[in-house]
Amino acid sequence: MHADPIGVLTGAHFIDGDHACSEGAIAAGCRFVAGYPITPSTEVVERIADRFPFVGGVFIQMEDEIASSIAIQGAVWGGKKAMTVTSGPGFSLMMEHIGFAAMTETPCVFVDVQRAGPSTGLPTMPAQGDMMQARWGSHGDYQIIAIAPNSPQECFDLTIHAFNLSERYRVPVMMMMDECVGHMIERVVIPEAEKIEVHNRKVYEGPKENYLAFEAGRDLVPTMVKAGDGYKIHVTGLTHDEKGYPNMSVATQAKLVQRLMDKIRLNADDIIKYEEENVEGADIVVVTFGITSRTAIPAIEQARAKGLKVGHLRLIVCWPFPEKRIRELAGRVKAIVMPELNMGQMVYEVERCAAGKCNVVSVPHAGGTVHQPKDILAAIEKSIRGK
Amino acid sequence: MPEELYEIEANIPANPIEEYLRMDRMPHIWCPGCGIGTTVNCFVRALQTSGLDLDKVAVVSGIGCTGRVAGYMNLDSFHTTHGRAIPFATGLKLANPELKVVVYSGDGDLTAIGGNHFIHAARRNMDITVILINNMIYGMTGGQVAPTTPVGATASTTPHGNFEETFNLPFLAESCGAVYVARWTAHHVRHLTKSIKEALAKKGFSFIEILAPCPTLYSRRNKLGDGLDQMEFYRDHSQIKNGADTKSVAIDFQGDIVVGKFVDKERPTYLEAMNNHYQKKYGDRYVPSEEMRKVFHA
Repeated sequence: MHADPIGVLTGAHFIDGDHACSEGAIAAGCRFVAGYPITPSTEVVERIADRFPFVGGVFIQMEDEIASSIAIQGAVWGGKKAMTVTSGPGFSLMMEHIGFAAMTETPCVFVDVQRAGPSTGLPTMPAQGDMMQARWGSHGDYQIIAIAPNSPQECFDLTIHAFNLSERYRVPVMMMMDECVGHMIERVVIPEAEKIEVHNRKVYEGPKENYLAFEAGRDLVPTMVKAGDGYKIHVTGLTHDEKGYPNMSVATQAKLVQRLMDKIRLNADDIIKYEEENVEGADIVVVTFGITSRTAIPAIEQARAKGLKVGHLRLIVCWPFPEKRIRELAGRVKAIVMPELNMGQMVYEVERCAAGKCNVVSVPHAGGTVHQPKDILAAIEKSIRGK
Repeated sequence: MPEELYEIEANIPANPIEEYLRMDRMPHIWCPGCGIGTTVNCFVRALQTSGLDLDKVAVVSGIGCTGRVAGYMNLDSFHTTHGRAIPFATGLKLANPELKVVVYSGDGDLTAIGGNHFIHAARRNMDITVILINNMIYGMTGGQVAPTTPVGATASTTPHGNFEETFNLPFLAESCGAVYVARWTAHHVRHLTKSIKEALAKKGFSFIEILAPCPTLYSRRNKLGDGLDQMEFYRDHSQIKNGADTKSVAIDFQGDIVVGKFVDKERPTYLEAMNNHYQKKYGDRYVPSEEMRKVFHA
């Protein structure tokens, strides 16, 4: 399916990542946004608030992030595509509703323009410190998808992708931006609407009697209806059976949670997205995501100029994590170097997958600015010294 | 005619409210003597005569004993997170204004953890009906003190008695901007049914507080007898004062209870205000959603 042309500003623009994210959401068909102001994400909702009256959308500034993160889910069950937008402290407040979305299989998008934490931290400055929170922040076992753009163009493209994945798998999808990408102004090209691919949730249109709202087929993703269609659905955050009814049994819990995990795990190859450069024959692979992929480039180039065989793997989808690929690489490179704007988070995944087969070097940074390429270069050089 | 009202047909196959309930979920979880089921009966009776298309009625609950109402109604029903029924209902209503969205939840859920959403939905005059069951306690978790527990009452977390000031909910709702505010008890089934019907027909934020017995965790701990004793107390100590100043309807421990319809006024609802604002400002440039167009631009 193609994008509805009403919302698509086809052409070249010079805008920041936050605004590009808003345009991506509109192009994807998002027509409900609830948010609460928080730096450095506010520009996303400001642009949405400005644009929505002319594209058939409803924006509401809620009383807090908790309200925003559940209002969008009400809107989704009312038939809309919806998203909320926030940064660190607000993202923390939204955690319960990420779990609710996972449990009730409510497709929706959470945009987190990351800033330095913990707590209020450095509100106007970048970090990538919410990566583990995005994956594990809500209680219990569940799966989500998280995406890290590294440019305003990707903020546009990948926001559309986030909605598409969310609709296809009925999971909350996190757009893990950061202050740099959010406020960086670059050329963003918005294609014609008919060139933008948009996915919509699978809708059930069969007989109303005995409709099982949470019965999944082979792809493990149930079909969806909306409130008002006459199906009299029940949706609960409690452990529930195929009908959606609460069922407090160990067996129902096992079956439900297993499916919620499997619908992402078993489809991981279709969801995972990364790009590689010079990885074949490399001794060292630098693994990055988001803004760090750009600060790593001068370091990688300098290392290669010095004769080191350095490749680059950039995670575009961070969750689910490309376990297979990292495992393969770890078996044939000497070292993996991972700079990230946190004190070491995604590097745990790299270490887990490398399982001791190669040296794994973290290049941590507490946030507030980006890495100095020289620090990444030093880590690259150190990573194989003595081997 | 009274004779007709009391005429009962023999061999009635089922309770007439059964088609409104998810009978495959019975028995319900509520304790003997609990007042919530009585209020659900009144809700169903109100729905029956409301003229509403039941396919277009959605019930949203939070967490707690009353939070289970959504799961028993044979309607589109959403059992959300603790305290967040109102913002969920807000999103649902804004997505599809054709729906009649009813929030049905408890005192702790709506006015403690959900208090912020309650006051803002009332301020916005959000187009939803809120039915709040006040049993003066957190029932499901074992009888802890709530913002609605009267001073002097005992709860599991106020074993020496509650000394915190109690919320006067009709006053709270009115002062925040609710256009319809009423209070009844589980004893006032006819008044309550009529009141729910009025609230369902009302545009904007309508609010009904219903006092209901919690014999297991409130009455027993406070030595007030069982559910029947509590209903008798409601009968003997309620004063119907329609139009009463909501400032004057605070609840004291075992004091008289003022019930009635306190507020019934008009002001633009959120959806009306939004649509009128954009229409006035932008005319044909304003593009409401398809669902919005059906309701506001027919």
